[in-house]
Amino acid sequence: MRDAPRNGAPMSDETTTAARDARTGMFEKPSRRDMIKRIGQAAGVLAGTAVLGRLVWDRGSVGATAAAAKPQVRDFRVAGDADKASQDLAELAIARAKAGEHEPFAASLVRRAVDAVGGMKRFVSRGDIVVIKPNIGWDRLPIHAANTNPDVVGAIIQLAFDAGAKKVVVADGSCNDPHRCYQRSGIWRKAYDLGAEVVLPADHHFRTTRIRGEVLNEWPIFTTLLDAHKVINVPVAKHHNLAKYTGGMKNWYGILGGRRNRLHQNIDVSIADLATFMRPTLVVVDAIRVLMRNGPQGGNIDDTKVMNTIVATTDQVAADAFGATLIGQHRDNLPYLKIGHERGLGTMLWESLRVREV
Amino acid sequence: MKRPGSGIAARKAVRLLKWARRGSQVFFFALFLFFLVQTGFRGSFAASSDAPVRLAWPVEAFLLADPFVSSITMLSTRTVYRGLLWSVGLIAITLLFGRVFCGWICPFGALHHFFGWILPSRRGRGAARVYANKTRTWQRAKYYILGFSLLAAVAGSAIGGLFDPICIAVRSIGLGVLPGMQYITHRALGAVENVPARTMQSAADHTQDALAQAVWGSHQFYFHQVWLIVFLLVAVVFANRYIPRFWCRVLCPLGALLGVFSRFSLFGMEKNHAKCTDCNLCLSHCQGADSPQGGVKWRQDECHMCLNCENACPEDVIKFRFLPNRKSTITKPDLQRRTLLATTAAGAAFVPAARIADSLDVNYHSRAIRPPGAVDERAFLERCIRCAECMKVCPNNALHPAMFESGIEGLWTPILIPRIGYCEHSCVLCGQVCPTGAIAKITEKEKLGQGAAPVKIGTAFYDHGRCLPWAMQTPCIVCEEFCPTSPKAIWVEEVEAPVREKVPGPNGEQPAMKTVKLQRPHVDPSLCIGCGACEKVCPVQDQPAVYVTSVGESRSKSNVILLENTNYNEKG
Repeated sequence: MRDAPRNGAPMSDETTTAARDARTGMFEKPSRRDMIKRIGQAAGVLAGTAVLGRLVWDRGSVGATAAAAKPQVRDFRVAGDADKASQDLAELAIARAKAGEHEPFAASLVRRAVDAVGGMKRFVSRGDIVVIKPNIGWDRLPIHAANTNPDVVGAIIQLAFDAGAKKVVVADGSCNDPHRCYQRSGIWRKAYDLGAEVVLPADHHFRTTRIRGEVLNEWPIFTTLLDAHKVINVPVAKHHNLAKYTGGMKNWYGILGGRRNRLHQNIDVSIADLATFMRPTLVVVDAIRVLMRNGPQGGNIDDTKVMNTIVATTDQVAADAFGATLIGQHRDNLPYLKIGHERGLGTMLWESLRVREV
Repeated sequence: MKRPGSGIAARKAVRLLKWARRGSQVFFFALFLFFLVQTGFRGSFAASSDAPVRLAWPVEAFLLADPFVSSITMLSTRTVYRGLLWSVGLIAITLLFGRVFCGWICPFGALHHFFGWILPSRRGRGAARVYANKTRTWQRAKYYILGFSLLAAVAGSAIGGLFDPICIAVRSIGLGVLPGMQYITHRALGAVENVPARTMQSAADHTQDALAQAVWGSHQFYFHQVWLIVFLLVAVVFANRYIPRFWCRVLCPLGALLGVFSRFSLFGMEKNHAKCTDCNLCLSHCQGADSPQGGVKWRQDECHMCLNCENACPEDVIKFRFLPNRKSTITKPDLQRRTLLATTAAGAAFVPAARIADSLDVNYHSRAIRPPGAVDERAFLERCIRCAECMKVCPNNALHPAMFESGIEGLWTPILIPRIGYCEHSCVLCGQVCPTGAIAKITEKEKLGQGAAPVKIGTAFYDHGRCLPWAMQTPCIVCEEFCPTSPKAIWVEEVEAPVREKVPGPNGEQPAMKTVKLQRPHVDPSLCIGCGACEKVCPVQDQPAVYVTSVGESRSKSNVILLENTNYNEKG
């Protein structure tokens, strides 16, 4: 009620204006300034709308700009390897525990194998950031041999630091809950104790990247594994029910995010595409304990066999071709080796390399 | 600032206590959030590989201390489960000091206190605020909700948990607010990482690392139909704009239960009506709408013991003390007997009404897959308070609030949706955090069945019309790879199958046929535990070619396939 008189006032005012207009027979015109301002405002909004619309206009054309079809490569190999005076170095070193040698084997086996191919100083320079890519795929204990042995990972971290690495990063894109895989594989604790940085495959570490392989075109990639000077692939040798044997080349599945379950439809070409994309500085295959059946996940200790073997090489195809023999497989049964061989990623005829048992 | 009226300052003790109360509210809200973000396994670099995976904190502590939770589960099961005995402590505190839980401890109450202060518009201040804070008859509603919940519990359903404030806080913040914030943060900081400035990229990356480690974990979580849970939270928070602490005054059954006990409270208010000048300062600061002003009787059961009224009173009218005289106090809740009887009866009637619908005894939903260790469905409904602790803790985002999959009575009880996440083989965290025993605290050994039968939550089935090796002669068997049991429940049959070439013959003939070698997967129902790993990883994206249903779950004696598991002598 208090507002009533106030509301009443403009009403009476309007009445008088209307009355005046009625008397003069015309409406009051707005001022010129006012008209220009209002027309200007309307024109400004129109111009703004038009410019914005033009800027973001989708003409409905097909994205015709075909990007380079060339396969992409992330090459971490040490340059000028072949022409080094290191002609007497092994190209494929196999370290086996000797009779009478006592546990722990892992550290000494890794050292012997890496020394035979030139020593870690050949691969890691002072100040390097080194990424170590073990297999931390499954929520299994070390004794199940589904993941890389933590002692092997630890030995490589130690060698990398000894060779002068500034930072060592350990990471993998797990299949099971990564926290559980990292902890229960024993790798997290081992790496942390040695001062390496452990990176979990959190969503924000993945970025869609062009691979341009035969079947892998664009995939989310675990960027942590690529942001490095050197990348050391540390797979575990094991049985795989579809691919039959897996080691180094298949280990690159761990750099992929997204729904990698589709890769199985063409697993051999997928593996070869990944190995084409990723060229590691060094491959160290863990065959301390080998999963002989029910791979890749295992879970039964009876399916594993102690072999106390470590393989070191720069040739990821040869690493897998030799590794396959550990579980009684042959390269002719592993199409991804043939594809890798034909693409020139390495040789599946591992016997043709300078092989040395140490 | 000069105090109005006679300007007599409140007692120093009361002024200090007001700040102590604010500190307590902040502390308990922070503790609640800390426990909430700790409800999830983050792993540890210090743990050895064979150490059992457990949470470091008693993250369900607020629920264990909640007498409403223990009351409804006591009425439904006739027992007080394990840690729920802590709730006696909260009743003891209430008998000493009244509803101090509501004013000093309750994190959901603190949230409403905050929004009741920050949200009201100009019209929520001054006289309008005084008006909004007057005691209303509809504050009785919470007692009727309490009666409904208690009798529903007697009839065999812990559905009252839907209204419990701690359950609501965990459910809505844990399943809605936190994942929502994560979603926004991930996108915002992801956009920053595209800015071509190294320092900004690295700052955004480190922020994401820190948030993932400290707050929400490494993966985005999604929750089935969580929009309704968030909408109801927003609605009760928004109600503070018009009625401060609307939730606490009108709806909260835990507040009502504590209100019933607070009639015996030793601590309380005395009023000296003669000194009151009707300035209404007490009322404009009142949290519980419990008539602190002079001239009317104080409503002890509605009071949150925030002490704002004595602190605001400039005339020395209000005094809180132990064993006050009760001349101007109403201790008992103001209830209408018929309404109370009707709503309580409705609670008792609700349970059979919900169960003659076809969701429990007959036509049990095939996708109502319960967490591992969940007790038989009837016992489960007696215990599950829908607090969502299990859904929050699940490392794979496998557990979700059910909508109507297990009937109206099963609203927001946990179900496993394998397409979103599977049950991690060695994980028993959902049972660890369950405060009421709806999910038993099983060990890894019991779950994996070392020395006994493993816990089965369902059984996997193949859809041969969609499975790549079965229908499209394409190699796959990702399901077999992920099957975690040993020996594997999924086995493969090596076959040679004819498949048509992709290109037609030279003269437009039918394409030629060739033979491919394939591995076709099968499920062994006696080995399958229903974890859903196969369904999760099946590459047939929209509707997987292998899927899990609840049949064969070891908690049920009737929801079975195999003859040897059938036992009609046991009820259920």
